[in-house]
Amino acid sequence: MTPVDRTHSPHRRRFLCSAAALPVARAIGTLAVFGNAQVALAAAPAGTRYNRVLVLVELKGGNDGLNTLVPYTDPMYYSLRPKIAIKRDDVVQLSDRAGLHPSLAPLVPLWRESELAILQGVGYAEPNLSHFRSIEIWDTASKSAEYLQDGWLTRAFAVRPAPSGFAADGVIIGSGDLGPLAGGGTRAIALVNTEQFLRRAKLAQPTPIAGNPALAHVLKVEADIVQAAAHLDARYKFRTEFPSGNFGSAIHTAAQVLANPSGVAVVRVTLTGFDTHSIQVGTQARLLKEVAGGLLALKGALIELDKWNDALVLTYAEFGRRPKENISGGTDHGTANVQFALGGRVAGAMYGAPPDLSRLSGDGNPPYALDFRSIYATILDHWWSVDSRAVLGGRFAPVPFLKA
Amino acid sequence: MVARTFRFGRMLAVALCTSATVVCAAAAPMGYDDARHLLARTGFGPTDAEVREFAALPRADAVARLLRDVRTVAVTSPPAFTSVAGPLRPPPRDATDAERRAFLQEQIRHGLALRAWWLQEMLATPSPLTERMTLFWHNHFVSSQQKVRIARLMYGQNALLRAHALGNFGTLLHAAAKDPAMLVYLDSAQNRRGQPNENFAREVMELFTAGEGKYTEADIKEAARAFTGWSVNRETGEYLFRPGAHDHGNKTVLGQSGRFDGDAVLDILLAQSSTAEFITGKLWREFVSPEPEPREVKRIAQAFRSSNYDIKVALRGVLLSDAFWVRGNRGTLVKSPIEFVVGTLRQLEIPPPNGLPFAVLAAGMGQNLFSPPNVKGWPGGNAWIDANTLLARKQFVDRLARADEASQPMTAVAAPESPSAGPSRAPTPFFVADDQKARFQRLAREADRGLRSVNFDAAAWLAARSGATRTDKEYAAQALLLALPPQAPPRSGDDALTFIRATMQDPVYQLK
Repeated sequence: MTPVDRTHSPHRRRFLCSAAALPVARAIGTLAVFGNAQVALAAAPAGTRYNRVLVLVELKGGNDGLNTLVPYTDPMYYSLRPKIAIKRDDVVQLSDRAGLHPSLAPLVPLWRESELAILQGVGYAEPNLSHFRSIEIWDTASKSAEYLQDGWLTRAFAVRPAPSGFAADGVIIGSGDLGPLAGGGTRAIALVNTEQFLRRAKLAQPTPIAGNPALAHVLKVEADIVQAAAHLDARYKFRTEFPSGNFGSAIHTAAQVLANPSGVAVVRVTLTGFDTHSIQVGTQARLLKEVAGGLLALKGALIELDKWNDALVLTYAEFGRRPKENISGGTDHGTANVQFALGGRVAGAMYGAPPDLSRLSGDGNPPYALDFRSIYATILDHWWSVDSRAVLGGRFAPVPFLKA
Repeated sequence: MVARTFRFGRMLAVALCTSATVVCAAAAPMGYDDARHLLARTGFGPTDAEVREFAALPRADAVARLLRDVRTVAVTSPPAFTSVAGPLRPPPRDATDAERRAFLQEQIRHGLALRAWWLQEMLATPSPLTERMTLFWHNHFVSSQQKVRIARLMYGQNALLRAHALGNFGTLLHAAAKDPAMLVYLDSAQNRRGQPNENFAREVMELFTAGEGKYTEADIKEAARAFTGWSVNRETGEYLFRPGAHDHGNKTVLGQSGRFDGDAVLDILLAQSSTAEFITGKLWREFVSPEPEPREVKRIAQAFRSSNYDIKVALRGVLLSDAFWVRGNRGTLVKSPIEFVVGTLRQLEIPPPNGLPFAVLAAGMGQNLFSPPNVKGWPGGNAWIDANTLLARKQFVDRLARADEASQPMTAVAAPESPSAGPSRAPTPFFVADDQKARFQRLAREADRGLRSVNFDAAAWLAARSGATRTDKEYAAQALLLALPPQAPPRSGDDALTFIRATMQDPVYQLK
């Protein structure tokens, strides 16, 4: 896509804004009412709410949803997983049907405070079981056989740009893969830690953006680096303690990014290692413990920054895992999965439907209950007030996991 | 910079051309800038000596020479494992964890050796165009070790792509379709009579030949039936046709009906004018500019198709098009990470003792050889450059230009994250395994050692540029390294290292 010069061309920005306002205005007349958020949108059609941040937590490799949110009363679950099922007594029961993996027990206070939404059976039609392809589908919000170049957040920022004064549209922590921010148009900054980024960013020079499209693109990225480096710093000292280890550091870096006063609309952190084809039990227990510790620290940091009510934390993975355990004490690639949404404005409850273990497909996977793009639509429409249909190319029923 | 680049060559050309400009454009020596452009676009960053040699040739002669000198085999010896024939031995279904791990680790080792070797071949080859076209086809007939796993098959595919890199496209298409790595990558072995798998049939139409929108879903379903029975012989690692799995019935593909087999469908696809145009358009974006000119593409594609798909005909058409040479199209393409890394080593005349660290660095910039992100290949173009990859590139040249100085390890950020799964786009780590992170850290250290193992004498390099004065030498260095005038010209009179570093930090250095 043609690079958009956000630093030096206010006219271009204005054009994008007004062009984007049209479908939004048209949408208001036709959309069903799904809550007060829609009314708010109608009242302020031009206003997006990028002051609210989205923190994506990617559980890379495909976290096993069935052992994350355990259907502990379902005999099918125990018969499919004689070796790796979570024992009923170990499950942290949240309802009379489902409970959390014991490693996630630290999240129970959030659940009690109604700050944790659990999205069940999330997936898409004609699931692709390749890690690479499936995460691409997830990141670009495409159909199973559709190849899109830009990430779904890149498209969101094309429809409605984030404020130009932001440090960046999005910051990707600990991953070279821009995922939902891929594509030329966004100001996406990938970094491992703030200090290192700031050290390296000295190699970038601000130069007026000019020249052919390729040169203009390089200059824009260079300007993005300079802008982000000017706003980010590593000086904020949190009282919150962050867990040791890579994920804890990534969460700490995320908190440092969120501490910058100029804003950023999206932060993504990644925890890897969920591809548990063998000897899953210990590995997943360790990883979920890291997840719980990291999420709790993130909440602490956001409260410290007074941003908990303006933050939405969402976990996701490329797919879930197969209900039937394999002979190696692990699980193979699956479909319908569970996701968590956390934050001060989250309407804590369970949404979607648990995977139906009595309706497995030929390759042993359950049908999905909730299209992942419905979650994106909810975020776009109700978190940021960005018309989801302009971004997703269709209407996906929102999930009411956000408070009005 | 136009006015101050290699003035001697240009003056000579002007002197020869004053009376008969038109004739002379074809027959006169093309001069330094044109030669640099041609070699930068068809190879990896040319050296000064190469540019001077070509500067004395007229454009058409230079293109003819590039096409004459192409190779069909590598000049360097591939890793030893590639010569082992015999059965493919992926772990059986009931393999133990230890067996799986051992297999995986062996394939990872082989895969790394393969990357190191190809990168060395790119540095060593007397025909960089051969390797550029091999890489072009690698990104066209895509397979990835992430899925194929067996490095020997990836090597076999690489050798095949090189053998036909500038040969006949029809022959290449038929061979690539039956290539074992491709058969694994696009699930051909799962495509059986009565249970068709459409993966290959879809991609061969959409990505390898006619292009999107030139066929229907029904064509895909019918073609998939024609490809049934194509398989890999696990005992030999070679293509095997399984007649029992083939659907011998009637099929209708793109309006033609018959008891087609896979080869017949490929011939139908080759008969489509859209196939020649699709390939020509892709060559245009690789070599000329991001925006193909439809009339020119049509013209070149016609010649390509009438030649029965001689790839040299298409490439000659592209390289001798007016658009290839116009000033406005110079510096309009982004160097791929491989071009960036290999080109930098070539232009600074740094022969690395081992290719692997540099393959790792290129992977950190988003191009992991033998592991394109998906069947569409690396998207390329402007998508090569994001904040992370740009800083990885800048850090690389910064470190290289001060290879004799101690400094911070550079690869920590350049190294992509290391999921057990691997990402879908952008910096692709080496493939699947649980101990990914540890492995990547080892590779990052290796990349670091690789950078420390090279020596670059900036003063000697700059002194070797042409020109009588230091200023002349600086101009000559810029004329060699940059496709366009620098955005932030370095201060003249800085020490040689500072000058070269600043030139390579210039945004224009990302372009070709």
